[in-house]
Amino acid sequence: MRYLLLICTDESADAAMSPEEGQARMGAYAAFGQEMTERGVLTGGERLRPTTDATTVQVRDGEVLTADGPFAETKEQIGGFYAVDCADLDEAIAIAAKIPGAQTGTIEVRPIWEM
Amino acid sequence: MTSSSSAPSGAEVDAAVGAAFTAEWGRIVATMIRLTGDWELAEECAQDAFTQALTSWRRDGVPRRPGAWLTTTARNRAVDRLRRAQTGEMKQRESEMARADDQEHDWGLDGDDSGIEDDRLRLIFTCCHPALALEAQVALTLRTLAGLTTEEIARAFLVPEPTMAKRLVRAKSKIRNAGIPYRVPPAHQLPERTVAVLAVLYLLFNEGYRATAGADLVRQSLCAEAIRLARTLVELMPDEPEARGLLALMLLHDARREARADDRGDLVLLEDQDRSRWNADEIAEGVRELETALRRARPGPYQVQAAIAACHATAASAEMTDWSEIALLYGRLFEMMPTPVVALNRAVAVAMADGPEAGLELVDALDASGVLDGYHLLAATRADFLRRLGRSDEAAAAYRRALELVTSESERRYLAGRLAETGQSPQPLHP
Repeated sequence: MRYLLLICTDESADAAMSPEEGQARMGAYAAFGQEMTERGVLTGGERLRPTTDATTVQVRDGEVLTADGPFAETKEQIGGFYAVDCADLDEAIAIAAKIPGAQTGTIEVRPIWEM
Repeated sequence: MTSSSSAPSGAEVDAAVGAAFTAEWGRIVATMIRLTGDWELAEECAQDAFTQALTSWRRDGVPRRPGAWLTTTARNRAVDRLRRAQTGEMKQRESEMARADDQEHDWGLDGDDSGIEDDRLRLIFTCCHPALALEAQVALTLRTLAGLTTEEIARAFLVPEPTMAKRLVRAKSKIRNAGIPYRVPPAHQLPERTVAVLAVLYLLFNEGYRATAGADLVRQSLCAEAIRLARTLVELMPDEPEARGLLALMLLHDARREARADDRGDLVLLEDQDRSRWNADEIAEGVRELETALRRARPGPYQVQAAIAACHATAASAEMTDWSEIALLYGRLFEMMPTPVVALNRAVAVAMADGPEAGLELVDALDASGVLDGYHLLAATRADFLRRLGRSDEAAAAYRRALELVTSESERRYLAGRLAETGQSPQPLHP
């Protein structure tokens, strides 16, 4: 099964991290990435720029509407993601629980809709 | 063999099919899910098998092993349906099913049931997977394992049938689409997943237990279903003392069911219940199950709660109740489950063992902590202690507070009665 693991954290808290904390967090992500690559479940993953750099796009009545930032005001924002290919939801949950962002934020586990 | 003289009567066949349904439904559905990987198809084929039994058994007699007959029929039905549906996906399922069949060691009419037992355990753990909403877990367990119809489950949970149907469909599609595995969790996950299964069964039981005598019979039958499922779980997980503890707890509560309400449907307090109306067989069985569980020396919250229930159930009269033991057990329970409600129950037991003064001290501490703000039983308990200490004014104020918070009509009547006994006005003097 393929899943996308969306890392949702509080951007403002992330931005307020001290350099030492930031360093430690980067190290934790590097370790996670290495472990999962060795396990052979990781098929992709990226860190995202914050929502202040985001643009939303909608098409209504044939017209492209663009706006600054994400639409909904939520407490947590998607800060990155991993794509994994693993046995089942139990394994995806176990992997998600190892993502450093799970310690403070929320990981949303979304099955890929296979076409 | 269309009409032999030994053919059973219609009533005999109906009874045999009914008994087989109770005993075998969950097992057959569980096996069919494993073989087909399709929850809807599994249920439909199980249903078809029971429908066919009604005619076949009337014609040929009731088979020696009804469960095996029904499973084989359901399986053949699945093969037919998959063959007829010529889509690629269905063909794939059929070949998967054939593969699963090859791996089956004891398939057929004469094999033993060891592999099939595991299927029910797979089913219950999958139904109670934490990735499903709790209400969906409960509904799915009742539908697939206990064999209640969607309509019955809807009635039991007081929701419209289409709502319940949607809930079940949604749960099944999440299992399929999200890749929830159909299996008993591996050892490292087993303890926490077992806790989730036990919680679902206890919730089921409590839904039924809360139902009053006048409530829908289906709603009342939830207790029996929960006990039946707990028995199955104990049979499947004989080394899990908490499963047995839960079974014991349910039996000991259920034993008091008849005496719990009066003719008006009003709650009768434990101390006022007619103990001759308690079910002695259920009490004996509950105590036996509890003793078996405790021998494993791995206590847990269900075993401790069952031990408390056993203290009540085995006391010859309310006065003979061993409150010191119960207070001690609530102390143990609070170590395992440090919730305010447990703390409140402990205060009640302490008051019974050591007097209302000691209980009031604990309740006042709980009141000051504010964690039970708005909980009518905290106010009602305080009121009761104050009344017994002869502090009528304070008791009346506490009863009024409890009356403001209570929602159940029968509890309201009870509290109003007690308030009247304090000789105080039922209305607050300074609203």
